[in-house]
Amino acid sequence: MGVGIEVKALNAWYGSNHTLQDIELNIPANHATALIGPSGCGKSTFVRCLNRMHETNPIARVTGTVRIGDLDIYHDISPVEIRRRVGMVFQRPNPFPTMSIYDNVCSGLKLNGFRNRRELDEIVERSLRNAALWDEVKDDLKKKSGASLSGGQQQRMCIARALAVDPEVLLMDEPASALDPVSTSKIEDLIFQLKSQYTIVIVTHNMQQAARVAEKTGFFLNGRMVEFDSTHKIFTNPSDKRTEDYITGRFG
Amino acid sequence: MPNPLAEASQSPTEELKRSSAADVLAGGVPGEVSAVRGYLLSRGNSAGSDRFFAGAMLLCALAIFALVALIAVELMTQSRLSWHAFGLSFFYKFNVDPITHLPLFWDPVNGVFYALPFIYGTLVTSLVALCIAVPLAIGLAVFLTEMCPLWMRAPLSFFTELLAAIPSVVYGLWAIFILVPLLREHVNPVLIAIFTEPTLTHLLGWTGLFGDNGLFGGVNLGLGLLCGGVILAIMILPIIASLTREVMRSVPNSQREAALALGATRWEMIRMAVLRNARIGIVGSVILGLGRALGETMAVAMVIGNSPEIHLSLLSMGHSMASVIANEFSEATSDMHRSALIEVGLALFLVTIVVNAFARILVWAVTRGAPARVQ
Repeated sequence: MGVGIEVKALNAWYGSNHTLQDIELNIPANHATALIGPSGCGKSTFVRCLNRMHETNPIARVTGTVRIGDLDIYHDISPVEIRRRVGMVFQRPNPFPTMSIYDNVCSGLKLNGFRNRRELDEIVERSLRNAALWDEVKDDLKKKSGASLSGGQQQRMCIARALAVDPEVLLMDEPASALDPVSTSKIEDLIFQLKSQYTIVIVTHNMQQAARVAEKTGFFLNGRMVEFDSTHKIFTNPSDKRTEDYITGRFG
Repeated sequence: MPNPLAEASQSPTEELKRSSAADVLAGGVPGEVSAVRGYLLSRGNSAGSDRFFAGAMLLCALAIFALVALIAVELMTQSRLSWHAFGLSFFYKFNVDPITHLPLFWDPVNGVFYALPFIYGTLVTSLVALCIAVPLAIGLAVFLTEMCPLWMRAPLSFFTELLAAIPSVVYGLWAIFILVPLLREHVNPVLIAIFTEPTLTHLLGWTGLFGDNGLFGGVNLGLGLLCGGVILAIMILPIIASLTREVMRSVPNSQREAALALGATRWEMIRMAVLRNARIGIVGSVILGLGRALGETMAVAMVIGNSPEIHLSLLSMGHSMASVIANEFSEATSDMHRSALIEVGLALFLVTIVVNAFARILVWAVTRGAPARVQ
């Protein structure tokens, strides 16, 4: 089961560029939350702050608090520990090309010394089923490399890889932007099914996608969060003029 | 109600504007052949220059084959005399010294020319060099690409590459004055103590590496195979390190992020995302380093001892193929001596080819069935 995320006074920098300014946000558990906004508005930086990936860039800096469940991830826990509990799916599928499909999916577990063959088999199957990929790959799990799949399959495999470690939160940074419409709709269906079990935060450029999968939507602009509300409210009756301008296509 | 789902419709005026812009670019009035178009049409198909270019490039490529063939033919014709005298036994036979009863491989004064100790010396020093240089080079490359603070990166890369720019004779001098005494006084005694330690000798004596006749038995002179190997290691370190660094740098960042996002520590990320993806390139850079080690002449000639013997001990003196040619060629008075040295050269050529082929087979075995790199 997922846990909620509570963000307070979050600021982030890349070098001297102040990419996130005073973000305050409560992301509900076991729901999908979409983050929308024009390119460069800070939404990707924001999700990268939720699993401390932001700080892997040497010029990046973060201040503020992020609580996931009852843990302050910047004070109570190491980046490695938090990333084991917060899965992430990236914009471009990034399978490990030297590993088989099977090894790709259980790479997170093997990394942490999980060696029980029988349980690994079960987890790999369950994760691939959850990612709606099992039927397509079950015959060559150990024969084919993760990189030999199509783009959409690779992305679902990356989702399976994130799910295999049974995370409390799943972060998705434009997971479908590099995919064709068919793969995109599969990923969306997937998010729709997964959100009852995980807290999902999805960054997207595609407003229809936000409208389809998420209960809550946040609108980011120039490093600030302009509005955060139920998806229905954001898309039908936004309180902020800038949100309205953006979703009606007047800019961005 | 604002509708976010509406597609921004393409207005017809947009379309019109674009087409008129294209006409202006092409030279004005629609329907007339513009100056630019006329000029481009007058250029013809340019097939002649293309053919010339293709031919020239092909010639450059064929020159490589010609060069290799020429070298091989020259080595073979020049070494015919010794090949007819000794045949294949040149590479494995030896005489027995009538006085000391030790094997006698190479005695130009008495016309004894067997090349085994040179082959042995070349292979052993290169092997020692790889054993020392490969872990160091990979460690250095990992540090440079993955953990080096930014301010240190440029100087460290610069100094690594500087190592490759030092002439080998300078390495040889440095080795004679610094490395040889260092090995003799500080390093060798430790190695000797370990490898002749009674308990270890008793336990591991069956490997043949321990005891007085083992890997570090015999007289400690400082010079010898080990010293040659160490100096070679220093010389090939920059090649392997800089190539390995390039290979690691070419591993896409998305791979590192994939590993980190799964909760990998830095070392786990390096192992899982960097080394695993770069392993083919790393083997390739090791092969190139080995190629340099096999052919390296001057520095080795200055410290290996130049004595055509074969001993297991790395402390013993030896000789290498390249160094015997460099040392003796100008003083080779007999035709047979000269021819034998050229045959050693031919053997070095062949050993290099065999080692490269072996390395390639190794690469093939390692990477068999391995997937293509991600773009």
